[in-house]
Amino acid sequence: MITINKIHKSYVTGQNSLHVLKGIDLNIEAGEMISIMGASGSGKSTLLNILGILDNFDSGAYYLNGLKIDRLTERKAAQLRNKMLGFVFQSFNLVSFKNAMENVALPLYYQDVPRKKRNMIAMEYLERMGLKDWAHHLPNEMSGGQKQRVAIARALIGKPKVILADEPTGALDSTTSLEVMDLLHEINATGITVIIVTHELDIAKRTGKTIRITDGNITEIIKN
Amino acid sequence: MFDLDRWQEIYHVLRKNKLRTFLTAFGVFWGIFMLVIMLGSGNGLERGVTQNFGDMATNSVFIWTQQTTIPYKGFPRGRNYNFTNEDVIAIRHSIPEIKYLAPRIQAGGFMQTNNVIRGLKSGVFNIMGDYPAFNKIDPLNFKQGRFINDLDIKEKRKVAVVGTRVVDILFTKDENPMNQYIQIQGVYFKIIGVFASKRTGEQADQENQNIYLPFTTLQQTYNYGNAVGFFSITSRDDIPVSVVEEKAIRVLKKRHSIAPADESAVGHFNLKKEFDQMQGLFFGIRFLVWIVGTGTLMAGVIGVSNIMLVVVKERTKEIGIQRALGATPWNVISQIITESVVLTTFAGYFGLVIGVGLLELINFLLGSSGANTEMFVHPGIDFSVAVTALCILVVCGALAGLIPARRAVSVKPIDALRYE
Repeated sequence: MITINKIHKSYVTGQNSLHVLKGIDLNIEAGEMISIMGASGSGKSTLLNILGILDNFDSGAYYLNGLKIDRLTERKAAQLRNKMLGFVFQSFNLVSFKNAMENVALPLYYQDVPRKKRNMIAMEYLERMGLKDWAHHLPNEMSGGQKQRVAIARALIGKPKVILADEPTGALDSTTSLEVMDLLHEINATGITVIIVTHELDIAKRTGKTIRITDGNITEIIKN
Repeated sequence: MFDLDRWQEIYHVLRKNKLRTFLTAFGVFWGIFMLVIMLGSGNGLERGVTQNFGDMATNSVFIWTQQTTIPYKGFPRGRNYNFTNEDVIAIRHSIPEIKYLAPRIQAGGFMQTNNVIRGLKSGVFNIMGDYPAFNKIDPLNFKQGRFINDLDIKEKRKVAVVGTRVVDILFTKDENPMNQYIQIQGVYFKIIGVFASKRTGEQADQENQNIYLPFTTLQQTYNYGNAVGFFSITSRDDIPVSVVEEKAIRVLKKRHSIAPADESAVGHFNLKKEFDQMQGLFFGIRFLVWIVGTGTLMAGVIGVSNIMLVVVKERTKEIGIQRALGATPWNVISQIITESVVLTTFAGYFGLVIGVGLLELINFLLGSSGANTEMFVHPGIDFSVAVTALCILVVCGALAGLIPARRAVSVKPIDALRYE
């Protein structure tokens, strides 16, 4: 599903250049559930952003579902994110003035699905998350766990091949964290590849494979 | 393009900071409001002044006698002279470019004693002796009857054409002045026409007090010999009136032994020159109004652009989320431009409506108060100007949104997402 070869990435600020990824090689099969661990500043988030086509890389090659990702126009990148990828963020990143249903339906809006139809589909996904009664609530009226479930529903509605989760449980208490992990497991069980960036060992342990990144290099791959 | 989600977002953005939205909108509102008011007032002034010309042919020149200032051919300076009937013939024969030539002579009217009597009523009026051509140069609006014709001139008929003010003073309301007799400086004349001035204000009041008699009748009746008071001349449509003016003055100077260099012996007034100056003035005013008006408007639009930049900055993260979820740059750009256009158009439309409303109110007040508005008639703007202004607003709104929109998509999605 995902193949990357010798990915390099540096951040240049004025005179200084910070080499964040130093030639990463990684192969992720379809249907895998993996976690990426590392200390802060190790480059794990940068890797996830590159995988999510939110950021570019300096050299190397990235194939997503067989498609070479290289110097895409912003338009093409947006369409790929919309069709292939689903994002789950630590801080949920819901749109504040849209209710839960509208937030979930947002990816379909960019696919020009008619409003009625996309809201109907969004309701189905919310029902699966057990949030049907909260469909018309704004994000600031919901708890963290609920928000993250809305975010997951939103990540799923575009029927992506890969879910990218950046510290999905970082802002949640342990009980809710477990619920969210269960949810991600369920999603993985339907055949969707799930990649989770985390620094919590408990969370990493519940994935099929853990990749440890230190100083921009993969130092360890552990099968759980 | 115009779906509910887009409007929801616009509504959210504009409502988020109501005071800011209001102040920004006010900038545009004020710009278009000022433009409308200034254009409308300029138009009102122009209409007022042009109406003062009545329907007078603008290619006209008026020539009268003054004192000579240079001794010539044995005559001293400071000499008075009169134009004569022979001058009329000479001018007509030597200047083929003339369209209408109307000699005139005036009998009294400047005296303070009553000079026109009818029964027990009397009044002071200007008495003019005229040719039929005068009504072609400076047309009157006839309520009844007609102007002097060629037969009146030829037969020296004792007929008079009077203004409405003359009728008001000499007749009671239910009397018909037509074919009635009035006594003008001791001689009876029959009224054959009643007119109203086409001018406005004081000039109209003045003109409505005029009484026109056949030129020849007046000359003979009041012993003016062959003297002529002054000439009104109109040039042919394809000839500039200044050509006729120069030629006529040359002919007159020669006939009356006036030094060719004597500038002030022959008084003359070129209406065309006056009219052109006025036109130049109004062009200047309009030009200034557009400069100031569009300047104010531009300031408003730049205000919108600035605020949109701030809005885009505030919403960086939100836009980042949308882009992560699949919003293309065009989605983002069109959203921001729509916001800008909506804000500008709404504000501008209100400015337009309130500006036009105020002009109409002034119009109404001017009309109902019956004020003497000689210099200011029917202020207002053309519909096409209003539509043009609105179109310009929409375009300006789009331009105002363009820079912020480009700024919004120039940020990498990940930087937008990380923005706090």
